[in-house]
Amino acid sequence: MFRRITEPDAETVIIRFEGERLKVAAHETVAAAVLATNPEFTRTTPISGEKRAPYCLMGTCFECLMEIDGEPNRQACMMIVTDGMVVKRQTGKREMPE
Amino acid sequence: MTKNFDVAVIGAGPAGLAAATEAASHGLSVVLFDEQPAPGGQIYRNIEGVDRRRLGKILDEDYLKGADITKAFRASSTNYHSGATVWRVDTDGSLAWTNGTAAQITNAKRVISATGALERPVPVPGWTLPGVMGAGAAQILLKTAGMVPDGPTVIAGNGPLLYLVANQLFSAGTEIAAILETTRFRDYFGAARYAFGALKANEYLSKGNRMMQELKRKGLRVQSGTTNVRADGNEKLETVRFTANQEEYEIEASTLLLHQGVVPNVQITRQMGATHEWYEPQRYWRPVTDEWGATSVETLAVAGDGAGIFGAEAAAAAGQLAGLDAAHRLGKIDELDRDVKAGPLLRERNRLAGVRPLLDHLFQPTDDILRPADETLVCRCEEVTAGDIRECVAEGATGPNQLKAYTRCGMGPCQGRMCGLTVAEVIADARDKPVEEIGYYRLRPPIKPITLGELAAMEDAVD
Ligand code: FES
Repeated sequence: MFRRITEPDAETVIIRFEGERLKVAAHETVAAAVLATNPEFTRTTPISGEKRAPYCLMGTCFECLMEIDGEPNRQACMMIVTDGMVVKRQTGKREMPE
Repeated sequence: MTKNFDVAVIGAGPAGLAAATEAASHGLSVVLFDEQPAPGGQIYRNIEGVDRRRLGKILDEDYLKGADITKAFRASSTNYHSGATVWRVDTDGSLAWTNGTAAQITNAKRVISATGALERPVPVPGWTLPGVMGAGAAQILLKTAGMVPDGPTVIAGNGPLLYLVANQLFSAGTEIAAILETTRFRDYFGAARYAFGALKANEYLSKGNRMMQELKRKGLRVQSGTTNVRADGNEKLETVRFTANQEEYEIEASTLLLHQGVVPNVQITRQMGATHEWYEPQRYWRPVTDEWGATSVETLAVAGDGAGIFGAEAAAAAGQLAGLDAAHRLGKIDELDRDVKAGPLLRERNRLAGVRPLLDHLFQPTDDILRPADETLVCRCEEVTAGDIRECVAEGATGPNQLKAYTRCGMGPCQGRMCGLTVAEVIADARDKPVEEIGYYRLRPPIKPITLGELAAMEDAVD
């Protein structure tokens, strides 16, 4: 989906996306780190199970909801990666708090 | 943990940064909340961290201007909370916010909402396929992560940002398969009568002009007057289809970037119950404000694009004006002092605003996204199509709030941010009424989802 044109030459961290080990720039968002791996999709919808991927990258659309460090419904475009973070696609129904 | 401040600013784009810096310079205690990890908003996103060596040439000088305003803000006494989401604001100036772990309450005598703009959602058939995104989203990835779309990319829609992003991605090495502008040649005639006021802001216009020339010079396929753009593919984008000159075309692409301008983010002003007005040329809602950004809610001012789209530089001036007015209202400067300082800011803002009538009439949202075809998903969260909405109207739904009784449209996690404008347009069209009469979703807090854990953490802190 996306490719890097700069090398993360400064600080890097290691995260896992669906088990895959990724070395990424310490300041980037989870959504960016995941998009650079050509993930095809990052969640499936609760209603039809359709595959989706981030759309706005600015916290508006909630298409980037993923499971981050065991917690569902995290907005991957609003969270910065941290060392050892475990990121998974979010599949199907997850109740949003009212 | 309760804290008291004179002024609370929400948003760290040009308007919010300028508002906070100005207010603090008059000795007011100021707190600023921003969702992003670093100051700059979307326009100056990652301005402090951007890789200037590699990206400085690709991103333009207007972007790099953001460094000064950020520096001034950092030097101010503002209490700055990054990564902080405000999810409720009461008219008495109490703000509920969360840093992602624990909810907290802060009180302020005056609230300046500077939450800026959102890219207007562009509901075309297939816009939910992975590979389809906002053009602004691609620009954010470039600024924050030094990333560009991999593979053939189509950029479709209208507006100044469309050309800017196309230019930046091209310079950065993206394969641009086509730029599909919805703008037709005759639109330029229609907009020409607004050109006079635009003379005042000709630096802006010549920049736009330069960008368009650039694209053509680079030999990019630029198709004007396109309609019926749609995204097709099996579980991801594969083909972009569109109509031009009454013929159907298709292009293979792995990325489609959609853009039809930006609209004010009205979540906070709506939730606080400020009066809003409909702005017809761009078909969006904006809070009614005076020259200082003051709204119908006594404690609330709005600065920047959240009060109507005027761009980053006008937003900085508006932020300063709101900061000055706060200093006056809270007794730090007298009225005369405020007005003297405001003079040049008002002139600058008016000069910059001069270009808007031309842009707003030239780059209007198109009929096919305002009133999408039946098959098109309008509510991405709850998967409600334009056809579903029309059916509900036939069954008796009269407005966006009634629609919630029929579908869950607008009740998903985005809380109507992606569908609110379209829903109103579709209902208005089906009922043959003006959109103004149809209205908008009633917004109740929390305006962003908050977890029980965050709430529980707040209770602990209060005990
Ligand atoms: S991609 Fe839109 S909210 Fe994250």
